[in-house]
Order: sequence, then structure tokens, then C-alpha cells
Amino acid sequence: MGRTLAEKVWDDHVVRRAEGEPDLLFIDLHLLHEVTSPQAFDGLRLAGRTVRRPDLTIATEDHNTPTLDIDKPIADPVSRVQLETLRRNAAEFGVRIHSLGDVEQGVVHVVGPQLGLTQPGTTVVCGDSHTSTHGAFGALAFGIGTSQVEHVLATQTLPLAPFRTMAITVEGELPEGVTAKDLILAVIARIGTGGGQGYVLEYRGSAIRGLSMEARMTVCNMSIEAGARAGMIAPDETTFAYLEGRPHAPKGEDWDAAVAYWRTLVTDEDAVFDHEVFIDANELTPFVTWGTNPGQGAPLGADVPDPADFADPQERLAAENALAYMGLEPGTPLREVAVDAVFVGSCTNGRIEDLRAAAAVLAGRTVADGVRMLVVPGSVRVALQAVEEGLDKVFTAAGAEWRHAGCSMCLGMNPDQLAPGERCASTSNRNFEGRQGKGGRTHLVSPQVAAATAVLGRLAAPSDLSANVAVEA
Amino acid sequence: MEKFTTHTGRAVPLRRSNVDTDQIIPAHWLKKVTRSGFEDGLFEAWRRDESFVLNRPERRGATVLVAGPEFGTGSSREHAVWALQNYGFHAVISSRFADIFRGNSLKNGLLTVVLPQEAVERLWALTESNPSAEITVDLENREVRAEGVTESFELDDNVRWRLLNGLDDISITLRNEDEIAAFEASRPAFKPRTLPVV
Repeated sequence: MGRTLAEKVWDDHVVRRAEGEPDLLFIDLHLLHEVTSPQAFDGLRLAGRTVRRPDLTIATEDHNTPTLDIDKPIADPVSRVQLETLRRNAAEFGVRIHSLGDVEQGVVHVVGPQLGLTQPGTTVVCGDSHTSTHGAFGALAFGIGTSQVEHVLATQTLPLAPFRTMAITVEGELPEGVTAKDLILAVIARIGTGGGQGYVLEYRGSAIRGLSMEARMTVCNMSIEAGARAGMIAPDETTFAYLEGRPHAPKGEDWDAAVAYWRTLVTDEDAVFDHEVFIDANELTPFVTWGTNPGQGAPLGADVPDPADFADPQERLAAENALAYMGLEPGTPLREVAVDAVFVGSCTNGRIEDLRAAAAVLAGRTVADGVRMLVVPGSVRVALQAVEEGLDKVFTAAGAEWRHAGCSMCLGMNPDQLAPGERCASTSNRNFEGRQGKGGRTHLVSPQVAAATAVLGRLAAPSDLSANVAVEA
Repeated sequence: MEKFTTHTGRAVPLRRSNVDTDQIIPAHWLKKVTRSGFEDGLFEAWRRDESFVLNRPERRGATVLVAGPEFGTGSSREHAVWALQNYGFHAVISSRFADIFRGNSLKNGLLTVVLPQEAVERLWALTESNPSAEITVDLENREVRAEGVTESFELDDNVRWRLLNGLDDISITLRNEDEIAAFEASRPAFKPRTLPVV
């Protein structure tokens, strides 16, 4: 019987397989950041161990880093200690690091792909659940805990429990104004926050094939929000074109050998998935979340749901809790929900195409009175590219704040946070209670919807704007 | 890792589904560079509400958390496990756990037990009506016992063996160092390297 893409990549990394033991898998690339690594390095020191493969390891600073005044000492002493700890650990163990101020610094999941380190058929891990992002290249990529970070540092391997496979087939064409973000939010709403549990998802079908690499990263990024072990997309010409010429992409004969191997990384026609989901791309619309988990989402044109309509008692209770926290009334059209803040950025939507999309909507328009808009590029490279294209000027002319690269308001570990009760349209990945700041309320949206929302001050799509402009004219 | 064999203690019934790791330990606690001292951050936002179950005097000293489905979703932060342990929990019972949280818990000796939702409901009913009711989580016999409740649970044999003996994963893996070296020698030349810096 044929094998799926995930099974092929898994099989190619088995170091040891023995009855009654989990497979021991080799890890091709280990990404580190300041938050989930300090205790792992401490563990190495305590046991007198070294980093087995510093040449397969790279660190960047992202979660804690400020997005203002980056040339000054970090104001928060606890954040500063954590960043200094990473720098010290990297120096002590010979790990490459891109610190604040370095041209390669940025969100770990933006940095890996842009350096060309994330490649098809590799195993990629990081102490961060959004490592699933790298699956866009046909890599088997997943988030791990700190104990596993230590394990990979010491052995470059991980013992891993077997997985199941799920195909998410999206056929058709995304309608105008509908993005990869809307697609993945719709997938999560369909299968639920636990629907992917134990599975590696493979996104396939014509709508997926038609996505750019950056859009594919947005899709795979949020696989974890469906509870999946990982999300993958088979590599194709789009993947190869993205990689060719990047600093760490193979060169010359290596490139040819690599591409020949990468072309084999497709699910065989006779392979069988453990579960399949079909989605019609043509029926998708801009999608937003109304609740406090990423599965609590609806088309922008819908109303805030009534908890009484949920048949499952757990879901009903969750919806009641969510609406109470979000300060929303059942039946309110989502388009009437007013926001205080808009955040464009994160490992989900902080790449150059996302900034271009948001800027295209904002160009010639202004952010509504009383709305604060933050634009945070995913990496220094993304920021430089945006400046070269003049996008920063578009944002600042519209009244948005153009910041330095980092995770920023996606999780509010740095000073970029919502105040209690503030409501935000955010291109990030999690609408959990307090995620963007204590008491803050998050609606997950695409960059286009974020920009349109900033202009109107309430949840909106770009199509709402053209109507608005026409009325004014 | 500490051994886990059998644990008996009073419970905290947490009637919430989708308890994500941001709720278990908010991000600002993640700046700490140690594995200890997270107890005050556990469920920090909810604990500001005096009526939250963890704040009730009769729950003081409880060591078994009985939670709703999809416990531990979201961020991979192992700090969520440390926070639960630092606070004093030895076991968490739920009908469904998020994968990364589950893996993290079992690597730290916090036993996460999957029971059918119907059994979780019975444990909730029991411990809500009688806060001093004890729950026994018996890993040797793979069984949860409480008044009127006896439920067996599944756990992978290998994981169970590691927990019962408090074994360190890394030292187990390093017993197979020769196999790792052999695999490394067979890797294709085109595989990416982070060093030297290009």
C-alpha cells in the first residue's frame, strides 16, 4: 500500500525502531528562542552534556523583544534576563544566534523559512507550538516542550508516539478577498480545537496548490489550533522556486539531488488517510472569531451565535463563557462589533505578503478615530523589504504604528498589550482569554480584514470599504 | 523525573472545556528561567475571582484536578505542567488532552489520565457534593478509584514503564548512541546546516 507524505518523511528519519518502544526520529533542524530554552540548557549543564549538533541548531530572540527603542537596554528587567540567558547559553554551547538588532532577527517561524533552512522532507522542531508553520514546505514540523528541547539538544533525536493521518482537501478557487487565514479559520471551526488531535494534517487540493508559500505557511501555522500534531503541504514548483537561491538552500549538485528527492515527497495515489475532510473553496468568505478559542469562528457576514443553539452541553457552556468574556450579545451582527485596536503581525500573518495586503487596503485611507493600529513585521528582513516598497509610509500615513520585528501583541510578553476590556482585530493565531493582555478581547482575522476594520473601527472586509468610499463620493 | 506509582488525594473539579495553556499559566510568567516558582501564576486570571473553585477553602491541599475536555490546548509551554506541579497537583483527569501538553506532563511525572466524559461527570458530581472525597490514581493497575467510581484507563506501556521507574528519557536514548551516529553518517549532503553562517 502507498504511503502518505507524512509517513514518507517520518520513515526517512527513523533512527531506531523496536517493538514496544516509540520510534526514535532524527531531527534535521532545531529552532530555539528565549522563552522555552533556558531550563533545557540548565538541564544539559546539570548532566554535564553538550549540544550534539550545533550545526543543526539556530536561535533567535522574538517573544520578549520590544518593538520600540530596540537600541536601548530592554526596560523590563525580567525580559532582559531571559534574553541575556539565551545569549549566554548560545555562546557557551556554540549555537548560532540572531539577537535583537541583528539583520536576521525575527519571529523564529519567519526566520527559518526566509533563510532557506526549512526544506521539504526535513524534520523541524522548536519549543513553540506554531512550529507547524514549517509544514508548508513538506517538512514534518511540530512544537515541543522544554524537556524535549533538552532531549533534542543532547541527542538530536526524539522518541515519538505514532500519529494518524488526515487529509484536508480544499478544491476550487478562493473568492476575491478570501485568504489563507479565512481558509484555516474555517477549517478549525469545522473540525474543532481538538479535531486534529493525534493527527498530522495534509492540506491538499487545487485551492492549496494555488497558494503562495507565505499563504501556505499561514495555513500550516494554525494546524495546532485544531489540536493537530502537525500540518503539511506537499512540495511543488512553488516550493522549489521559493527556496532556490536562499542562503541555506542547497547549491549546484546538491540542489539537483535535493529537488529529485523532494519530488518524491507526495502522498501516493493508493495511500489511505485515517480521516478525510473536504472543503469547497468557492464557498468560503472572510472569517472571524467571536469567542475565546480559535474554533469559535464564523463568516464575517454572520451574527454572534446564541449559546442556546449549541446542542453539545460543553460547547454551550464554552460559548456562554466566551460571550461573557468577550462582552458580546447573541444576535449582534459581527460587522457591528467595534474595536479599540488592530494588530497586524505574528508568525501567522507577519510576512511581506501580509503587510502588502494590509497596506493595499489602507493606502489612501486613515485608521478610524479612537482605534490604535500596530503593524509589526515578522522579521527584520520583512521590515527592510516593506520599507523598500514604501509600505511603512502607507501605514504611518494612515495613522498606524510601524514597529520593529517580533512576536509583540500576539502574546503580549513584551510591552505591546491590550488594556483590560479592550477589543482587538488581530491577524495572530489565538483568541484565548488574556492572550493579548490581561482582560483583552481578541478577534482573529486576515490582514485584509484587519486593515478594513482599522478604517471603519468595526469588523469589516475590504469590500465594505469600497461601498463606503462610493457613498462618500 | 519523579516516579509515579499511585497517588490518592482530594480533587478540584474544573467544569470548563478548552482550558488552554495561556489560562493555566499566562505568558508574562514565562519570562522566568527556572522550573519552579510558578504556583502563584496557575490559573492567575480566574483566581482573581474569589468564587473560582481553586480559591475555595475546602479545595486547599487538593492534588487531583478533574477538568473538562480539550485540557491544555494551545501553546507548547511546559511551564503549564510546572505550574500545576508547583501548586501541588499530582494528576489531571480529563476526557481529552491536547497532545503537546500531554507529552509534557508525562515527561515531568504529572500523570494525565484520560477517562470517558461520563466518568469525569461522575467525579465532578462526587467531588462537588463531597469536597473531602478522595480520588486514587493507580498507575500500576491503570485504574482510577473513588467512592462509587472504578474506571480503568489506558496508557502506553513504554510511557508507563518510564513513569513507574522515574526514568530520564535522554539517558535512555543515549544508550542507542551508535544508532544515532550511524544515521548521521547516512544523511544526504543536501540537508540544511545552520553553521557556518552564510
